[in-house]
Amino acid sequence: MTADAPDPIAIDVGEVLQRSVTSLHSSLITRPTGRAVRMAIETQLRGAGTLSVSLIDFSEVGIIDYSCADEVVAKLLKQYLADERQDALFVFRGVREPHLLQVEGVLQRQKLAAVVETAPSQFTLVGTFSDQERQVWDRLEAKRAINADAVDQIAPDRSGVMALESLVERGLVFRSSKSGSVHALSQLVAHLM
Amino acid sequence: MDQSSIDEFLDEVVQFKGERVLFDARHLRWVDPNGMVGLLLAGSVAGETLGMRPRIELPDNADVQGYLGRMGFYSHAQKVFECEEDTSGAVSRASDVLLEITAINTNHDVHEIVDQVQGRASAMLTSKLGYPSSSVIPFSVMLSEVCQNIIEHADGPGWVAAQAYNWAKRLGRFVIVISVMDRGRGFKGSLSDEHSARYGDRWSDSTALEAAFLQGLTRFADPGRGQGLQQIRKQVRKWSGLISARSGTARISQVPEWDDSPPMVDGMAPLPGTQISITLPAVVGP
Repeated sequence: MTADAPDPIAIDVGEVLQRSVTSLHSSLITRPTGRAVRMAIETQLRGAGTLSVSLIDFSEVGIIDYSCADEVVAKLLKQYLADERQDALFVFRGVREPHLLQVEGVLQRQKLAAVVETAPSQFTLVGTFSDQERQVWDRLEAKRAINADAVDQIAPDRSGVMALESLVERGLVFRSSKSGSVHALSQLVAHLM
Repeated sequence: MDQSSIDEFLDEVVQFKGERVLFDARHLRWVDPNGMVGLLLAGSVAGETLGMRPRIELPDNADVQGYLGRMGFYSHAQKVFECEEDTSGAVSRASDVLLEITAINTNHDVHEIVDQVQGRASAMLTSKLGYPSSSVIPFSVMLSEVCQNIIEHADGPGWVAAQAYNWAKRLGRFVIVISVMDRGRGFKGSLSDEHSARYGDRWSDSTALEAAFLQGLTRFADPGRGQGLQQIRKQVRKWSGLISARSGTARISQVPEWDDSPPMVDGMAPLPGTQISITLPAVVGP
């Protein structure tokens, strides 16, 4: 891992839900609930380093509806992407089949994409992305990380290079500002799982 | 009284001009969730207009009485109507009742409803409708979104009820009927400030319904809003179901092949609020 690698943070949404919503409800439903959970996550992130990669874990969440998925996933991503510093990256864990439609739906509605674990240690891009972005992301995911001088292995032509730039800009991969090496986000959070 | 007759009944209530009103339900022989929740809505609308609770004569048919009791109608009716005490006595929860009539006022109510319905929905969706066991999650999500619609957009009280029953004559299979009604400001009222100018003279209940139901328009500038109804429609279509929404003078429907409802009805009486009905049919065998 590079010296300027982001700080890894693990956030259990099920635990945040219990802590931030004063009720015994286990479902991540209704917009105020989603808002409360997102704000609790944001508070946790404010304590992180200058650059962080967060593993947002939905494994213990029973139901997530569209309103909550919009608040917890789409709005969280959108806020950090809009920030010029772009100092937070996200991986969403435990987004199993019952959650996937809702997460995918809210991402697509706002033309966002996210790195999501849909089965144990199985990561995929979810949301809106181009074929080129998908191909480059898949190649990087398979290699886990690649040095700056070997980037052509995942982005062999101009369209691939543009797709890689877009993936970096969209917070879907991490590129070290010092070494130029490129890392799959799943690799950066692997030790948290 | 069900989805097919509810508009006529509600129109009559809205257009009533007298000083006193009696809801004579003595000869009611059949009522589904749309009928029950519709009765409460009608009583509530009449009460608001008259400034006093209207009177209701409860059904004299024992089956209908028992059914209303099982759905928890009487306790809600006491708050809306001048009526006799519930004479049906305490009744155990029936196997066909998915969700008793429940008032929706806060997000806490939505949590309660979703928590409460999951166990029963799982059994009912698989045994009565033949849906996979995993369907309980999208069903719960759908219920959550449709109930939140009242809190987020209506700014007024509402009710929800759901029940499974055999549509032997009409469809030859089981269905689950979900009814959600409120007497809030309706789609036109919710969207007017932000969107009416763009529509000019065409702005009406029907255009507001089309904008919300078909295009996902909301009063919020936030692009993440307005997807609840869109996703409900998508899920209902996936299950070959019927979803229909009335707001004010118009009703819009997403109609499956087994139903012949018109996609849009306009020119009804100006009923307050929004009324949504969802009918999910059993899967047809292989």
